[in-house]
Amino acid sequence: MAEKPLSGKIALVTGASRGIGQAIALRLARDGARLAVHGSKGAEETARAVEKAGGKAVSLAGELSTLTGVDALAAAFKRQLGQRAPDFLVNNAGIQASPNDTLERLGEADFDRLIAINVKAPFFLVQRFLADFPQGGRVVNLSSQLSQIAFPEQIVYSATKAAINSLTKSLAKELGPRGITVNAVGPGIIETDMTRDRLLGTEQMRAFVAGNTALKRIGKPDDISDIVAFLLSDDARWVTGAYIPGGGGARL
Amino acid sequence: MTLKSLTGRTALVTGAGRNIGRAIALRLAHDGADVAVHYNTSVAQAAEVVRTIEGAGGRAFAIAAELATLAGIERFAESLKGTLAERGASGLDILVNNAAVIAEGGDTIAAATESSFDRIVAINLKTAFFLTQLLSPLLKDGGRVVNLSSRPSEVAFPSGIAYAMTKAALNSLTKSTAKEFGPRGITVNAVGPGVIETDRTVPRMLVRQEARAAIAATTALKRIGLVDDVADTVAFLVSDDARWLTGAYIEVAGGAGI
Repeated sequence: MAEKPLSGKIALVTGASRGIGQAIALRLARDGARLAVHGSKGAEETARAVEKAGGKAVSLAGELSTLTGVDALAAAFKRQLGQRAPDFLVNNAGIQASPNDTLERLGEADFDRLIAINVKAPFFLVQRFLADFPQGGRVVNLSSQLSQIAFPEQIVYSATKAAINSLTKSLAKELGPRGITVNAVGPGIIETDMTRDRLLGTEQMRAFVAGNTALKRIGKPDDISDIVAFLLSDDARWVTGAYIPGGGGARL
Repeated sequence: MTLKSLTGRTALVTGAGRNIGRAIALRLAHDGADVAVHYNTSVAQAAEVVRTIEGAGGRAFAIAAELATLAGIERFAESLKGTLAERGASGLDILVNNAAVIAEGGDTIAAATESSFDRIVAINLKTAFFLTQLLSPLLKDGGRVVNLSSRPSEVAFPSGIAYAMTKAALNSLTKSTAKEFGPRGITVNAVGPGVIETDRTVPRMLVRQEARAAIAATTALKRIGLVDDVADTVAFLVSDDARWLTGAYIEVAGGAGI
């Protein structure tokens, strides 16, 4: 049997209890990686699904809205995985604040929380692992198609994802000499718990969203996890600091 | 034995006798595709690519064409259709528009002549446009088009001004064709290499150690790119894993200039 491409590697995926993060965890496990799956209340269900498919996973809980929570996650990783930093870090955890995320309606508390979870947590999680990332490591940051366009209906969410793209480039330059690549993936509208009721609730809405893509369908979590799998593979060794759109050709 | 990811698929790689095109042809054949190795003047090199692929148990054939004129492109498309039919293929799964030239005798705004300008536009852009047009009926649903662009398509490049323009135009063609072919499940993407070590770049910019070090230093990963670095990204774009990625420009430059 051929050895799996990610055998012997450890991946930490934040926000892996459902949706895109869960799909990423399952795909990386299929490629042979050992998984640390994070959720604000743990990601037991994802860990069980990984184990059921023959992989290895531990669930880590941590509230990423404070630096204390980020520190706790980094400490729990080191304690439970027996390695000072993951080979692969996938910063996927993110929140939205719609329908309140408009210039007119957004309050300070929601503003601060969007920044804390979507930008500050990935920043400090990387900082906590910085010295220990192994040669040839990989960081993938989940961005959004909204980072590239005007979207006043989710004004600060979009801004946090643009900030993630900037972080991606700077980190790529910082970590490049150590052979570590850092890339961002920007999904369009993907069918998840987060989007199903709000954006894909009626047949009319579904047809509208599908019609906006070149490929004329609605994206699925696996569509994104398969792109992430490439970025973590050896095949992607010369791609770094990039923003890879995952929108099925939306808004071309 | 596991089935290879591109088994049963057919691919055309233009300009596949040498350099990046050669590496792409070898990688797609390694993944199981039957590869049409297009060449213009690189007769012996294309034959060697086919021998190498067949020697490794893969499938490939060489196909010659001068792609600088529409008549040449038309003849090439017809010839390719015939050969694919003879090999039992019902169509083309993968089109890699890789063939390109740089301007001889200086590609600056001051040095360019009408003939150097027309030639670079013809081969780098017009060929990709009409080849895509003529092969569109042959492209299967769920197929893939990859256009070899270049990092200069995104940044100022006064020492290769017309070359950079043709690559920027290719990025635009990529977006429009992605939208056009999307309903057929065909993805179209552009790949933008930085400086890659090839028989074209070595004599021009990679001979002296200091020059090599300077170019490596412009990348985040601090080395010079190799043809396989690009081919491996192309292999992803033509794979099923990349089914939700279309109309994109993917830079494969080791983080140059970020």
